[in-house]
Amino acid sequence: MKQPRVGLTLHQRQKYKGVWFILPWFAGFLLLFLVPLINSLRYSFSTLKVNDNGFSIQSVGWANFKNALFQDEHYVRTLTESMANMAINVPLIVIFSLFAAVLLNQKFKGRGLVRAIFFLPVILASGVIAAVENGDYTQGIIKSASQTSSGEFALFRNLELAKLLLNSGVNYQIVQYLVGAVNRIYQIITASGVQILIFVAGLQSISGSLYEASKIEGATGYESFWKITFPMISPLILTNVVYSIIDNLLTSPTTQQIRDTAFKSYQFGLSAAMAWIYFVVISLFLWLITMLISRKVFYHD
Amino acid sequence: MKAESIREKAAHVLPSSLERMSHSSFWVNHVKNWLWVFVRSVLLAGISFIILYPILIKVMIAIKDPVDLYDASVVWIPKHFTLRNFLLVSESLNYPKVLLNTSLLSILVMVCQTLSCVLAGYGFSRMKFRGSGLLFGCVIFTILVPPQTIMIPTYLTYKNFDILGIITFLTGKPLNLIDTYWPFFISSILGMGLKTGLFVYIFRQFFRGIPKDLEEAAWVDGSGTFGTFMRIILPNAIPALVTVMLFSFVWQWNDSFFTGMVLNETGVMSSMVSGAWGQIMFYLRYTETSLGMDPLYASMIRNTAVLMAILPLIIMYLFVQRHFVESMERSGLVG
Repeated sequence: MKQPRVGLTLHQRQKYKGVWFILPWFAGFLLLFLVPLINSLRYSFSTLKVNDNGFSIQSVGWANFKNALFQDEHYVRTLTESMANMAINVPLIVIFSLFAAVLLNQKFKGRGLVRAIFFLPVILASGVIAAVENGDYTQGIIKSASQTSSGEFALFRNLELAKLLLNSGVNYQIVQYLVGAVNRIYQIITASGVQILIFVAGLQSISGSLYEASKIEGATGYESFWKITFPMISPLILTNVVYSIIDNLLTSPTTQQIRDTAFKSYQFGLSAAMAWIYFVVISLFLWLITMLISRKVFYHD
Repeated sequence: MKAESIREKAAHVLPSSLERMSHSSFWVNHVKNWLWVFVRSVLLAGISFIILYPILIKVMIAIKDPVDLYDASVVWIPKHFTLRNFLLVSESLNYPKVLLNTSLLSILVMVCQTLSCVLAGYGFSRMKFRGSGLLFGCVIFTILVPPQTIMIPTYLTYKNFDILGIITFLTGKPLNLIDTYWPFFISSILGMGLKTGLFVYIFRQFFRGIPKDLEEAAWVDGSGTFGTFMRIILPNAIPALVTVMLFSFVWQWNDSFFTGMVLNETGVMSSMVSGAWGQIMFYLRYTETSLGMDPLYASMIRNTAVLMAILPLIIMYLFVQRHFVESMERSGLVG
């Protein structure tokens, strides 16, 4: 006689116990994320005044959005500037980090040391340290002093190279892009710590037998990179592009402006509206990029 | 004697290697190989220099005497070596106290954040019911929304903190948690701190790689869900734990967004660095009148302050970096 099953099976019970693990996160998600998100949307349609006992809200419709887009003299410019900056930097960061990861994945003497140096930006590049970096007197003096001896020459060479490329028929925009990339090399290298880390981890997970087989078949290193490494690592390219975009946007001039609007001129409603416009633009951008890249991504399983 | 033995060996080896060397492709390969090694070394050295350059420049500025600032022949290596800048920063910015504050705060955030994220990550990796995918989509959503979007409501939440009206009911008005460590504790224990979505994602990917048979064996042997988690899952998750703890610690240490919003009075590293200028000028005006108004000197002190702010991180990194790199590789972030 078969007994009727009472309650849940062991597996089902364990699955539902998983809910308990998520509970703290879920409470945080509701209280500290969803509620503020909805509130922020509400604030963007109103003026908010902070007074002694809390704050008062007055609905003003789309005025804040109109103000941000059509009246504020800086916002639209800063926004386009941040987006353009990102569109330029992200491909460079991803390409550079893939390149660096391939280099770091090879075997050579002192690899541990070089790796340690390459991952240093993971620790140092974020937040306030990078912000202090710019516009400092003493550093500027040292830089200009070093430039009189060697830097000017390098700059000169840089221009020569650009001329050479132009003369050989390379598109003007591409040359500008490359020259700009060389000038922003520090920014790009320091922004790609985590991405290098992710790529190195990905490269390690590619089975060596694939390379062996291709070598026996007579593939060169160049070929095996494009036929093996690149497809195998393509899901991570997507991850890294998304990560770079988000990371890049955290320190963009727009975020600074949103912050200043809120905490320096106390226009909370306007700031919320700016933040929402920013979010919508980013979402569209991310969606577009993800759609484009995920078409090309190769999934092993 | 020696030469003879070498010749003997050579005679043994030579025929085959000579044959190989006689092909031109051998030499081409050889040269190619060396060229690549050379190019690679130059590249690696160059990039390493670019990364280390800001730290080097700061060290060089920090150990300089103010006299050297106006000496045109001093660019990198100072003529008058001194540690006075460090002492000055340490005194004027109250460095030991700031260091202690920051360390405590970062450790608190690190522990709470890791705890909530490891729980959530485990839950997400094992839970399968209708809507669980949607719930994980919410995690991704928290990564994608820029923190600026919810900045003002978050600020107001902590300024007038209340849980379902209980505190207002008891004390008459909501609590003001600005300038306390409570916002950090609350947000990190509830898994909504800095970049927490990323940590949940890392843990979930990691736990998906751990076979379920391991837990099933433990359940069959009579261990409960939480016992299994503590005794079987956590010890296996050390690589992911190390990665997340390091990230969490460092990002809290460097953070100026959330910290700057919530803490105004209490000195922590990130606010110390951004406010160093004014504070040092103030201090100098009362102690060293001759140098007090010199912007170059103030900039020198500020560089020293930045160096001192990141110095603990660098020292820590020296010790954990090997472990960190390895654990990142094994933490399964790459699926």
